[in-house]
Amino acid sequence: MSIIEVKNIKKSFGSSKILKGIDFSMETGDVLAIIGSSGSGKTTLLRCINFLETPDEGQIYLNGNLIYDAVADKDIPETTKRQKRLHFGLVFQSFNLFPQYTAFENICLAPKLHAEERPDFKEKKPEIFAEIEKNADYLLERVGLTDKKNLYPCQLSGGQQQRVAIARALAMKPDILCFDEPTSALDPELTGEVLRVLRQLSDEDTTMIIVTHEMAFAREIADKIIFMDEGVVAAEGSPDEIFSSHSNARLESFVRSIEK
Amino acid sequence: MTFWQVTLYLLNGFSLTLLLFLLTLIFALPLGLAISFASMSKFKPLSFLSKIFVWIIRGVPLMLQIMIVYYVPNFLGFKLFSDIDLIVQLNFGLENMGRFIAVTIAFIINYACYFSEIYRGGIESIPQGQYEAGQVLGLTKSQIFKKIVLKQVIKRILPPMGNEVITLVKDTSLANVLTVGEIIYQSKLLMAEALIWPMFYAGVFYLIFVGLLTILLGKLEKKLSYFKA
Repeated sequence: MSIIEVKNIKKSFGSSKILKGIDFSMETGDVLAIIGSSGSGKTTLLRCINFLETPDEGQIYLNGNLIYDAVADKDIPETTKRQKRLHFGLVFQSFNLFPQYTAFENICLAPKLHAEERPDFKEKKPEIFAEIEKNADYLLERVGLTDKKNLYPCQLSGGQQQRVAIARALAMKPDILCFDEPTSALDPELTGEVLRVLRQLSDEDTTMIIVTHEMAFAREIADKIIFMDEGVVAAEGSPDEIFSSHSNARLESFVRSIEK
Repeated sequence: MTFWQVTLYLLNGFSLTLLLFLLTLIFALPLGLAISFASMSKFKPLSFLSKIFVWIIRGVPLMLQIMIVYYVPNFLGFKLFSDIDLIVQLNFGLENMGRFIAVTIAFIINYACYFSEIYRGGIESIPQGQYEAGQVLGLTKSQIFKKIVLKQVIKRILPPMGNEVITLVKDTSLANVLTVGEIIYQSKLLMAEALIWPMFYAGVFYLIFVGLLTILLGKLEKKLSYFKA
């Protein structure tokens, strides 16, 4: 059974149709890469999955259960939306770390706030917080930033900030971790360290959706690639199928323009 | 009059200046936040009304607003503030208490409107990405505001707030339009005794107080300089 199945997602801003009916699905532990030129709707799709945008039409199924239906859930209350969001994590192109918190605090903030809603929070606060902090230390170690634990975002390089952002997203233990062009705001020499973390996550069977312009990387890491063009899925398949496909003229010209 | 007597006389006036300053800050700071939320509200009639209100209050001289707050109730037959004047004077021997309250109300409303615009500017300058990062982590709107946005807003609005607070110190002298005995009013009374130098002396009181505030504001800014926002 697919971990996520997206059906007929449509989204317009005013009169411009950004998504014209997107369908895709993916399996647990897989890496799905979404490629395509700017303006093709990749980022909007990712934002719809994370409920930062509300799709005009379509459904999202998680493990076979309908978790979002654009028509029925048009005006779902914020609390329900919040619950649904927690299935997904999102890493932004521009990191969006909280500047007033250290790397460690950035990772701990959301888990600690969520812990307050637990019924046993009052009695067990020290234990719960200790566990959250232990997990944050473990995540910092996984992204290779144990020694930067107490630094503020302004004291970190772009690559380090993005690795903290990944750890912050992982701390919420999402079912699917999404990345919106995670390396596009980075200098080429800093791209490598972020891609290394993604590779490691993929080796550990983290389910990921990655919107990316790094074609070589997508080819190497993805189990499945979706090529988006003008708001539709223009081609999909394994990396080999996508990169050797000559059936789709748009895809071929896109791949060629990237490889130049 | 000796220098010491003049000092006591002016200090007496400066205590009212300080009281007006503190009361205005205590009430206008939260009221300003409420007005800024109203003007950013998605409920259009509310944001429209609050914008009109801010326009009027910022567009009309504070001195006029002080006079309106005090005199208009009198004209309409509610001798509210002049009654308080009388009652307090008879029972406690304090002069012009009703007038002082009227001045304070005018100051609070006026400064709340200026503060609300500073808050609004600060809140709207926080990048959308900060809110979205909070949202995808499943935080509530109030958690996002309190735990993520607020401190960044405070850091950003501290310099314009400092300006406004320093202006407030000197604006308190407008209270003398209702013969409230703040320090400028007191030094005017001394002029009737053919003493001109207490006026300059009153200026020194302001200078020292603003100097102290400047140091305090500088310390606050330094305290928030550990991060960039």
